[in-house]
Amino acid sequence: MASDAMPSGQGLGMQAQPRGASLRKDASALLRWLSGAAGIVLLALAWELAPRLGWLQPQFFPPLSAVLARLGDLAATLEFWGFVLSTTRTWLLGLTIATLAGIAAGLAIGLTPGARTYTHSTIEFLRPIPSVALIPGVILLFGSRYQSGVVLITYAAFWQVLLQMLYGLADIDSVARDTARSFRFSRFGYVRHVAWPTLLPFLFTGVRLAAAMALVLAVTAEMVIGSQGIGRGIVVAQASNATVEAYAYVLVAGVMGVAINLAARALERRILRWHPSVRTAGGER
Amino acid sequence: MIRPALKKLFIELALPALLFALLYAMSASSTNFYFPPLSTVLQKFSAIWLGPRFFSDVIPSLERLLAGYLLACIAGVALGLPIGLSRGLRRAAEPVLEFFRAIPPVAVIPLLIMVMGFGDAMKVTVIAAGAIWPILLNTVEGVKAVDPVLDETCRTYQIRGLARLRHFILPSASPQIIVGMRLGLSIGIVLMVISEMFAALDGLGSAIIYFQRSYEIPEMWSGVLMLGLFGFALSMVFRGFERWALAWYHGMRHMEKKN
Repeated sequence: MASDAMPSGQGLGMQAQPRGASLRKDASALLRWLSGAAGIVLLALAWELAPRLGWLQPQFFPPLSAVLARLGDLAATLEFWGFVLSTTRTWLLGLTIATLAGIAAGLAIGLTPGARTYTHSTIEFLRPIPSVALIPGVILLFGSRYQSGVVLITYAAFWQVLLQMLYGLADIDSVARDTARSFRFSRFGYVRHVAWPTLLPFLFTGVRLAAAMALVLAVTAEMVIGSQGIGRGIVVAQASNATVEAYAYVLVAGVMGVAINLAARALERRILRWHPSVRTAGGER
Repeated sequence: MIRPALKKLFIELALPALLFALLYAMSASSTNFYFPPLSTVLQKFSAIWLGPRFFSDVIPSLERLLAGYLLACIAGVALGLPIGLSRGLRRAAEPVLEFFRAIPPVAVIPLLIMVMGFGDAMKVTVIAAGAIWPILLNTVEGVKAVDPVLDETCRTYQIRGLARLRHFILPSASPQIIVGMRLGLSIGIVLMVISEMFAALDGLGSAIIYFQRSYEIPEMWSGVLMLGLFGFALSMVFRGFERWALAWYHGMRHMEKKN
């Protein structure tokens, strides 16, 4: 009898609690979603009405509907998708190279005794150098080809990834490290089973920051150097006084940025499902 | 006494000195038009940037940067505080802010040129409009994450309004706000250079692009070097500011780590 009552009681208790909690969680998520949507609708309304009511000059601030209509026209052209594709290619290539280089350099510095202290000043000197300082150099090397953008992105994104790798390496649990040493882990085993799980969340933060920065630099390179892409579209539209089209391209750049952020966060949550920082991160406080 | 200090200096300078020597030696016999010897670049550097150009190009750049950056700091914190303090406002504003942050700030340069022309006002606005987002978002995050126990303590003692802001909210959010300010500064420098490359008669960005277009290659590299030093110097200044402003915080963290 008692053995029957125990599990069923336990089962009830376990069911009742999450149900109430999840209901409240659902309601709170719905509320958050609704207020977020309200914010966006409000912004869209302001953008539409301000020029129409004459608060802003329509030739400088075209209403949202005009921009969206133009965007619809653009989306039917092959040129537009070519722009989107080249910007994406530059972004992806630069980010991938920077991530791989950042991981390699981070592990090399982290696993070589003393390397961190000797490289510290050099990293601190090179990191704040704005990547746009490389623009004239890459123009000389690659002209207006897309590789110019790839080099700029790689330089800027590399430091983001490397820095997070170094933070992560400093964060490795000393007990875990000493345990691995007592068990005579090989160097590869140490990296795979001790360093890598600690590094992964840091690496993701670095890549997420780098991804956003890479898009900025991809657009910058297209605008300043003139390689094919969204940035080039903005500049050409502005030079030919096509205000609405310039806004449409800026909107596309913003949407790409949002998509990159959302994708990076979703990926982070998925791959780091096992990690405490993701597991315990419940709703908003 | 002196030994450890000397050793530390050696550690700091060993790799940079090695790299510099390597670059110097490797480029010394360079006949490549695009990559002149480092010695030539350094000569040009002292002739150009330690001379009148420092006042006619570096100082105007610095002024624009500071004007735009300070504007971004003030506006970012002023807007971030109410958004961070009110949950309803935060929920409504978050997606909108995410969108604005995601727009590459350089993309608005052509739009601002259409509205404001090519003057300094446009450049200052560009710098402010790009640097504000990390400051604003980090202020929101910092205010959101204040210690709940301290929050309730404040409430118990009826500390409200400005006193609460001044003695509780701002100090506890300041480490996060300063992270945002550091990010904002590097974005600001990038935007300063780009906006000058687009449209300016003076400034670092316009000087570099001028040298590049007129194929004065050693001069161009000396400008790149100047820009690198400019970024480095500002990040040093900022680190000094951070150390001063967050001395209490780093001290606290240090004590916590010791225990």
